[in-house]
Amino acid sequence: MTEQKTLDQIKAIIDNNDVVLFMKGTASLPQCGFSGVVVQILNRLEIEFKDINVLEDPQIRQGIKDFTNWPTIPQLYVKGEFIGGCDIVRDMFTSGELESLLKEKSILKD
Amino acid sequence: MPISHDKLSNLIKEAFPDAEFELVDLVGDQDHYELQIKTSKFKGLSKVAQHRLVYNALSEYVGEKLHAISIKTLG
Repeated sequence: MTEQKTLDQIKAIIDNNDVVLFMKGTASLPQCGFSGVVVQILNRLEIEFKDINVLEDPQIRQGIKDFTNWPTIPQLYVKGEFIGGCDIVRDMFTSGELESLLKEKSILKD
Repeated sequence: MPISHDKLSNLIKEAFPDAEFELVDLVGDQDHYELQIKTSKFKGLSKVAQHRLVYNALSEYVGEKLHAISIKTLG
């Protein structure tokens, strides 16, 4: 089970950054296809985001799964809210829902 | 680690008896699946909640065991 201090650490990251992507690898060098897809989408929308490489920290890797109650990586958070993994983000991007959400949350300008 | 198509199918049928679904082994290694599923249990739920239902049904395998499953929920 994940330690409280790791959960607190994760909470702090999510609270202090508007858009956070917990992923495998880094934004400039993703190490997983699913993580790479989300990075591409965020780049396409020209969104600034904080990338957290879970491969660097096994505590965070397991911790984020416990925190979100979601078993896979990547995980996208916008203003403290869990948006989804690769499948959901991709669907939302295709439908335009992602852009609307980001505008609603004042991440993207209208 | 590979999971047989049948095993996964059965888990889904058990959890969602009324579901229409398609489970595809994407690469042929029984370790990368794509699931499209439609069930009345998804009604009124957000996408995240729908996916969580599926993950719960497959919890024995998802995460560290089954390498990858791509989920598309409908209905």
